[in-house]
Amino acid sequence: MIQHRKTLFDKIWDAHVVKSSEGYPDALYIDRHFIHEVTSPQAFDGLRKRNVKVFNPTRTTATADHNVPTIDQHLPIKEALSRHQVETLRKNCKEFGVDLYDLGHPYQGIVHIIGPELGLTLPGMTIVCGDSHTSTHGAFGNISFGIGTSEVEQVLGTQCVLQYRPKTMLIEINGKLSKGVVAKDIILYVISKLSASGATGYFVEYAGEAIRNLSMEARMTICNMSIEMGARGGLIAPDETTFKYIKGRRFSPQGETFERLVEQWQQLKSDEGAQYDRVERFDGSDIAPMITYGTNPGMGIKVTDRIPTVNELKDISEQTSFTKSLDYMGLEQGSAILGKPVDYVFIGSCTNARIEDLRMVASIVKGKKKASNVEVWVVPGSKQVENQAREEGLDKIFEAAGFQLRQPGCSACLGMNEDKIPAGKYCISTSNRNFEGRQGPKSRTFLASPLSAAAAAITGKVTDVRELTDSF
Amino acid sequence: MSKEKFITLKSSAVPLPIENIDTDQIIPARFLKATTREGFGENLFRDWRYNSDDSPKDFVLNDSTYSGKILVGGKNFGCGSSREHAAWSIYDYGFRVVISSFFADIFKNNALNNALLPIQVSDDFLKKIFASIKKNPSTQIVVDLSQQKVTLEDGSSESFEINAYKKTCLINGYDDIDYLLSLRDEIKHFELTH
Repeated sequence: MIQHRKTLFDKIWDAHVVKSSEGYPDALYIDRHFIHEVTSPQAFDGLRKRNVKVFNPTRTTATADHNVPTIDQHLPIKEALSRHQVETLRKNCKEFGVDLYDLGHPYQGIVHIIGPELGLTLPGMTIVCGDSHTSTHGAFGNISFGIGTSEVEQVLGTQCVLQYRPKTMLIEINGKLSKGVVAKDIILYVISKLSASGATGYFVEYAGEAIRNLSMEARMTICNMSIEMGARGGLIAPDETTFKYIKGRRFSPQGETFERLVEQWQQLKSDEGAQYDRVERFDGSDIAPMITYGTNPGMGIKVTDRIPTVNELKDISEQTSFTKSLDYMGLEQGSAILGKPVDYVFIGSCTNARIEDLRMVASIVKGKKKASNVEVWVVPGSKQVENQAREEGLDKIFEAAGFQLRQPGCSACLGMNEDKIPAGKYCISTSNRNFEGRQGPKSRTFLASPLSAAAAAITGKVTDVRELTDSF
Repeated sequence: MSKEKFITLKSSAVPLPIENIDTDQIIPARFLKATTREGFGENLFRDWRYNSDDSPKDFVLNDSTYSGKILVGGKNFGCGSSREHAAWSIYDYGFRVVISSFFADIFKNNALNNALLPIQVSDDFLKKIFASIKKNPSTQIVVDLSQQKVTLEDGSSESFEINAYKKTCLINGYDDIDYLLSLRDEIKHFELTH
């Protein structure tokens, strides 16, 4: 009998199906569940109403990130509703026996940053969280996806979610990347080619030379934005880079157990000849520093390109949305984006707030000062990242440049906490969404890499980072 | 906890012919701070509905010409964040059905988990719906879940897909968690043997 050739996604999915019945979605066992203050309170309420306990509290980990201030975290949260939400999380975790890395804890941070850095995120797992950027964890070769609050309640109560198996898509990026091109540019490039809805219904596997050569942190940036093209998640087969990253972390398996697991993890790859429902291939050498000009992450261009005109749109039905989007952004169709002045620079979020991101920024700004027209916020993704940055002296570089190194949280990525971009202002941001009002009511967002954001901080305008430095 | 049961609905509809309506537009993040499921309707489409001084904007929800339990949106409705608050706010406002030519995955799941029926129709039929509402804002649209069919006043109709399990849940007002809780022993066994 010929063995069915399976994709990595199918292997992990099949290994987690508790029950599969005709006409029903699969009951999928969840190895790791992350929760935060915004999407969990109603789920805990549901458990109380049903008089159900948490099925396995050791598999859920909580942190406070969305609502938290990023200065003076030792003081009570000023905004009453935010404070109440964080207090509710505290109360729920205590009542149901869930580990919480609260404000002030040395492990606190953005949920998708702390999971990997604590060694809670491992290859071969199923991981969920009430947050669409859960796809980040897929960088370790696991199935990770965002869920709604009703599903958070399912996982708390039963350690399972009911899911239909998505289709599979292979995105292969081969070739060498050019100077000044980093992971964020790769994923913004892919989304600009496939559109904000182009991967809806699919689970993506990223592969190819350009992906293989990336560090773990860069791979997380790629997987993080899978949802921005509609994909349920994205994963990358684990390899030596992955195992090296995991080894010795706080909750990583240790000693012989670790060695045994590495042997198992080495088998976690798609079989030769496995069939995907769709395959997309890109040439890494065609990718340049990218930037978005519109109000969804698919509206991206090379920083040296002009904004498209209505007539250049592939789909005529998109004209109205396109015009609405440019009106909101205060940009002209067909105009250059290079040289456009910016008011704020935000370096942070689950996409780009890891130590390598901060090092990238420091490499550009070292010995330089920010432009006088910009305010620059550097928000580390976790307490551990913040401490590491200080240990490496990055804080001194930022301070000398006139940047604020703040405390960990989601910050200006989503306009939910105190950090908001004012109405009408332009922000070049390393985050993941440029939706209307995402960074604050009427704020205008340009998504870009940490290198491009750092370059704009120095010049005060949208800049081709390759022009700014010869250090590549 | 059983949800409201859904079988058929006849209603006028509110048109929102915009594509890629993301969940930050449906309910901006600053309104996600409640710890209950209720009350989100008043902030549905907040920044499209109101100016920063809370005065109403020229927006379809502020236009008494349009009302009803059906919201009709452009392609890729509900993209972005996984916030279930988006589904709660649409339901809390009074809608029971959202029609579009394409839905984002997580939004669709969230809607189905909250007795809000997402109906995907063809691009052409969506255009037809928008045109008929434009012609007559009080035109009645009939949604028949058991027949999986949407019918317009001129008699034209289109069938829509919904998986059998979710259909049963909606018609009977069941929750996914009821089903999963019934599997607890099997889950326990799986956990011990894997």
